[in-house]
Amino acid sequence: MLFSSLSEKLQETFRRLKGKGKLTEKDVDLALREVRLALLEADVNYKVVKNFISLLKERTLGTEVLKSLTPGQQVVKIVYEELVRLMGETQSKLAPLDNPPRALMMVGLQGSGKTTTAAKLASLLQKNGYRPLLVAADVYRPAAIRQLEVLGKETGIAVFSMGKDDPVKIALQALKEAEREGNDYVILDTAGRLHINKELMAELSSLKEKIKPLEILLVVDAMTGQDAVNAAQAFHEQLGLTGVILTKLDGDTRGGAALSVRAVTNCPIKFVGVGEKIDAFEPFYPDRMASRILGMGDMLSLIEKAQQVVDEEKSRALEKKLRGQSLTLEDFLEQLQQVKQMGPLENLLEMIPGFNKAAKQFKNISLDEKQLVRSEAIISSMTKKERLQPEIINSSRRRRIAMGSGTTVQDVNRLLKQFDQMKKILKQVGSLEKGKIKHRGIFPF
Amino acid sequence: MLDKFIKGLHRTREAFKSRFDFLFGNKEINQEFFDELEEILLTADVGVETTAKIIDSLGKRLREAKIRERSPAREILKELLVEILEADHKTGLSLAPAPPTVFLILGVNGVGKTTTIAKMAYRFTREGKKVLLAAGDTFRAAAIEQLDEWSGVVGAGIIKHQSGGDPSAVMYDAVSAAVARNVDILICDTAGRLHTKTNLLEEIKKIYRVINKSLQDAPHEILLVLDATTGQNAVAQARYFQEAVPISGLILTKLDGTARGGIVIAVKDLTGIPLKLVGVGEKKEDLQAFNASEFIEALLS
Repeated sequence: MLFSSLSEKLQETFRRLKGKGKLTEKDVDLALREVRLALLEADVNYKVVKNFISLLKERTLGTEVLKSLTPGQQVVKIVYEELVRLMGETQSKLAPLDNPPRALMMVGLQGSGKTTTAAKLASLLQKNGYRPLLVAADVYRPAAIRQLEVLGKETGIAVFSMGKDDPVKIALQALKEAEREGNDYVILDTAGRLHINKELMAELSSLKEKIKPLEILLVVDAMTGQDAVNAAQAFHEQLGLTGVILTKLDGDTRGGAALSVRAVTNCPIKFVGVGEKIDAFEPFYPDRMASRILGMGDMLSLIEKAQQVVDEEKSRALEKKLRGQSLTLEDFLEQLQQVKQMGPLENLLEMIPGFNKAAKQFKNISLDEKQLVRSEAIISSMTKKERLQPEIINSSRRRRIAMGSGTTVQDVNRLLKQFDQMKKILKQVGSLEKGKIKHRGIFPF
Repeated sequence: MLDKFIKGLHRTREAFKSRFDFLFGNKEINQEFFDELEEILLTADVGVETTAKIIDSLGKRLREAKIRERSPAREILKELLVEILEADHKTGLSLAPAPPTVFLILGVNGVGKTTTIAKMAYRFTREGKKVLLAAGDTFRAAAIEQLDEWSGVVGAGIIKHQSGGDPSAVMYDAVSAAVARNVDILICDTAGRLHTKTNLLEEIKKIYRVINKSLQDAPHEILLVLDATTGQNAVAQARYFQEAVPISGLILTKLDGTARGGIVIAVKDLTGIPLKLVGVGEKKEDLQAFNASEFIEALLS
């Protein structure tokens, strides 16, 4: 999961700082060294890190830290603030649509995910009541046009293509077509290209010139390393980007490229791709991302995600239970049923502050699909009382449950053990959280 | 604040150009030297852990050889990096004693698997070998068509099923066809998959089992394709895939850009998987056997 290791590292560093009454310059250097290494491991560009650290040092060494009562918290606050600032402060939307139809140009390196992203963006716009038109302007990669057509068919969005013609001609024709058909957003899927390929970069410039796009969006693979700055800078210098879309955030990359690209282009990250399905596409929230980097969790995302499948009340109750350790098998069952719609439990847990480590342990309790179905059957075969007080489940009850669910006693044992482990982990995290309440400050460290 | 920050970034970039002369000029070796070296390695995506290791061993070797000047240090550094990449001497592709040889190609989304397969096929057809491709990416829209188009360009046969079909079934048919048609080389494409998706890793295991059952000792190489622009996540990719199936080598793509691909040093260092082929352009002939010494030369200059 994105940034998880980074947040663990920072948390560790700041836990060390927390014990101190006052910070010496040496302490600050030590903490910033950790921040530096963590950022580098997260693939934030070397120079971006260097500048970020010296900026942090300048601020932390000022009087505000040394004279403050809780210096550790103050450092966290500064790092958080600077990260939020670096990533753009507020959530950034598409530019307002004037005089439709207007073009949105998707550009980027090969394999960054432009075609899939074009379809995802179109689908999102359609859901919001717009009438997008997808345009197949990648005339180089074999079967790229066909790929967009298939995606268009899947989503019910019109796709304009003219085969392997000149991209500028295709785009101009597409705009005419959009005018006729009453489309508002015209999404151009351009071919992937290297930022150092002069000829192909010139093609994009002339495309920009002729169609005057509403937005030029750079599609960036979240797993990109140090080179992210070079590509982003070159695209920005030649085209004047208006925004960035980060893809493949559903992996375990720490996504430092997000920071790097933002730093060199000063363009907002507008959306993120979080999976292969068409609806795995979300707005980018800089403040949430910064919170996540600092291990402050992503409560907002969690709650929003839960709201999509359960009502608000239920999700609040679940969150309370997760925190209060009063989790029963009943909740576990409900959770299992929602997991299918919400995505894996471990992902949900990672969004809760302090749960990063716990979530890692959950990975050992792998929750694959088949096991989910089996677990559901087992819990469904329990009585209400058994679900609330699993400790009463003796061997004869186990046999009955196994028979009822079409599983074996071993399966039942495994489930009960898993549940027990889960409770234990939650308890650990819960007591950690309680400990934090004592040193209540601006941040829960 | 942000403006100042971005300006600073430009300055450091400009300073970078003359760095290498500085690093290996006729000066003495000091802390500054190691700091600069650290920067070169980190900016090539070698990663924090492996960079620290390299700097440690370089320091040790320089002390042992009593070298105090920078210019001879360059050769020692190069030697050290080549050693990491060439340890075990398993950098060439292994072929089956009797045809067909089966190559299974894996990787996350967008690294260039299909294009790489086309380039591999072209290399072998040019050598006069009979090549068959298995269209195992039944998931991504139009992936089968993409491989199909390539097969025509490079003169290879193709075994394909419908989009959405079971990739293992494609592999089964492809291996049978390869044997029946006296094919020399069978190259199996697979759908891009993030290494964190458990079910997709299970699918890879199944594909591997099916190939292995259909033909003894196959696949003869399981090659993980890495994108040279990828950062530290490539190590995680290699580790997860390696856990699922015995990866025998890496193919590094997109080296024609500005990324220097230092991540393969980290991957080799941390997982032991050797780099075998490198992709250096979009044309069908742009695939080369990996040469550690040339690669390091490019990485350091």
